[in-house]
Amino acid sequence: MTTARRTNVSAVGIFLAALFAMTALLSLATGAFRIPLGDLLRIIVDGPARDTVDSIAHDVFWQVRLPRVVLAVVVGASLAVAGVLMQGIFRNPLAEPATVGVSAGAAVGAVLAIIVGLNQLPLGVQIAAFLGGTLSTALVYVLSRTDGKTEVVTLILTGIAINAFAGAVIGFAVFVADDDEIRSVTFWSLGTLGLATWKAVGVVIPLAIVGLAASVGFSRVLDTLALGDRSAGHLGIKVERVRLQAIAVVGLLASSAVAATGMIAFVGLLVPHIMRLVLGPRHRHLLWTSAVLGASVTLLADLAARTLLSPAELPLGVVTALIGAPFFLLLLRSTRRSQGGWA
Amino acid sequence: MSASLSARNIRVVRGGTVLLDGVDLEVRAGELIAVLGPNGAGKSTLLGAAAGDFALSSGSVDINGRSLADYAPRDLARVRAVLPQQITISFPFTVREIVAMGRSPWLNDDDDARITAAIQRMDVASLANRTYQTLSVGEQARVSMARVLAQDTPLLLLDEPTAVLDIGQQERFLAIARSLVDEGRAVVAVLHDLNVAMRYATSVVVLHEGRCVASGSPQTVLTPALLSNVYHQKIQVTTTADGRSVILPERH
Repeated sequence: MTTARRTNVSAVGIFLAALFAMTALLSLATGAFRIPLGDLLRIIVDGPARDTVDSIAHDVFWQVRLPRVVLAVVVGASLAVAGVLMQGIFRNPLAEPATVGVSAGAAVGAVLAIIVGLNQLPLGVQIAAFLGGTLSTALVYVLSRTDGKTEVVTLILTGIAINAFAGAVIGFAVFVADDDEIRSVTFWSLGTLGLATWKAVGVVIPLAIVGLAASVGFSRVLDTLALGDRSAGHLGIKVERVRLQAIAVVGLLASSAVAATGMIAFVGLLVPHIMRLVLGPRHRHLLWTSAVLGASVTLLADLAARTLLSPAELPLGVVTALIGAPFFLLLLRSTRRSQGGWA
Repeated sequence: MSASLSARNIRVVRGGTVLLDGVDLEVRAGELIAVLGPNGAGKSTLLGAAAGDFALSSGSVDINGRSLADYAPRDLARVRAVLPQQITISFPFTVREIVAMGRSPWLNDDDDARITAAIQRMDVASLANRTYQTLSVGEQARVSMARVLAQDTPLLLLDEPTAVLDIGQQERFLAIARSLVDEGRAVVAVLHDLNVAMRYATSVVVLHEGRCVASGSPQTVLTPALLSNVYHQKIQVTTTADGRSVILPERH
């Protein structure tokens, strides 16, 4: 490997746009009730008020499929971008909301809110998920850094500890919960798009838009941070301030995603890694391409979740973990090799 | 575009250990100051103090008569650049991308031209599309120096810039350092090679156990008595046929 392989950004952009359009259409058409492509396009052209095709197809599309697809897109993009940001600020390709415990922290916040009865309040669960997620991000940051850098081993072990703690809290919640609450608690820990409604979408979209828009501002700074804190500081970057801001954005993106769908692991790990291999590590392109690929990957995973064992539906978090965990192992091995092993 | 740095009475204590005590460092435009001393004398600490990397236990650092604390980080980055001893880069950035990071305090129209100029000056054009991780240590050092040059500052603080270079690269590097000084920049460099300091430095600062034991022109400061004392090794200074001073350890 003498010259770095970099693919043309426009070509990648066109490919990603096509992939996204195809997976979105496929997701909208496929499911327990199949909508032929011609009908699908007519329904879209008609809009939600008019119905010239078939009232069942019309309702399935507007009330079930579309909110689900929109939620998948928003959550997938949020998780992927949260992964990019997290890897950038920790200077580590293995950081990801789920592996380091941020998603688990958000789930704990949500679960505790349900048990305490905060789910009666508007946005009570979402706010609790956000606080839980942001708090665990900050915790990982403080615990896994020594002398201004994050060692892979420390990072992963910190994630294990936080995930174990979260698992215990969620287990305890299941123990004390009544039947109704157990259903919601399971939802948080497995992750699914099955409960997608326009109301859920309406809550996540503003948070995700704020988070995604804020992430754009970090692109150049994250590049420079690759030099290490000290050299980035010599180049005029307020390293600690940037890191705290980025952590807040990660907390916002990951927590709002978890608040809407429960824990969906590995999207934030897999997607940025693929884009980095294709385009190189510059964040200016890495951020938006990861958002688009994250949306597509989540759509595909959800498609698999609802069609593989149809009519039964797999939790989405199970599907992403089945694909993501082996990939994580491979990445762990290559990182270990590039760092000369760790004791 | 010129700069001067004045560090006075620097004291740094870390973990109860006194790393520097009462050290001064002065550099003006058109000067190359060499910081010398044995391992652990506090050379890198002095450079870090001058760069503003950490809080001082006491003492002050001024650049152009203004305290470091009064500079916004970006303004400081437009005045002084720092070359650390060695850098690990966390993602597979290419050489050109890394040199481009040196422009981040500026972001001007002429960034591309300056990046290219810095790459050519450090003779790393043939490496421009390679990733940093695939380079040898010597190549990495030149790339880091190219990034520092791209920052285009009147003051440069260099920590052992020649330590990992072969003798040819070292001579080329020193020619570049001299041309930087001729352009009116101020350069502080931590050096290990006493002959290099003798030949290229405007003046030298010799540290020993956290204190400055001598400073001034290399010809007057680098005497056998002082060097033998500081390095715990008998050292002789001889003069070659063409009149150059050469510093050598005494061998039996």
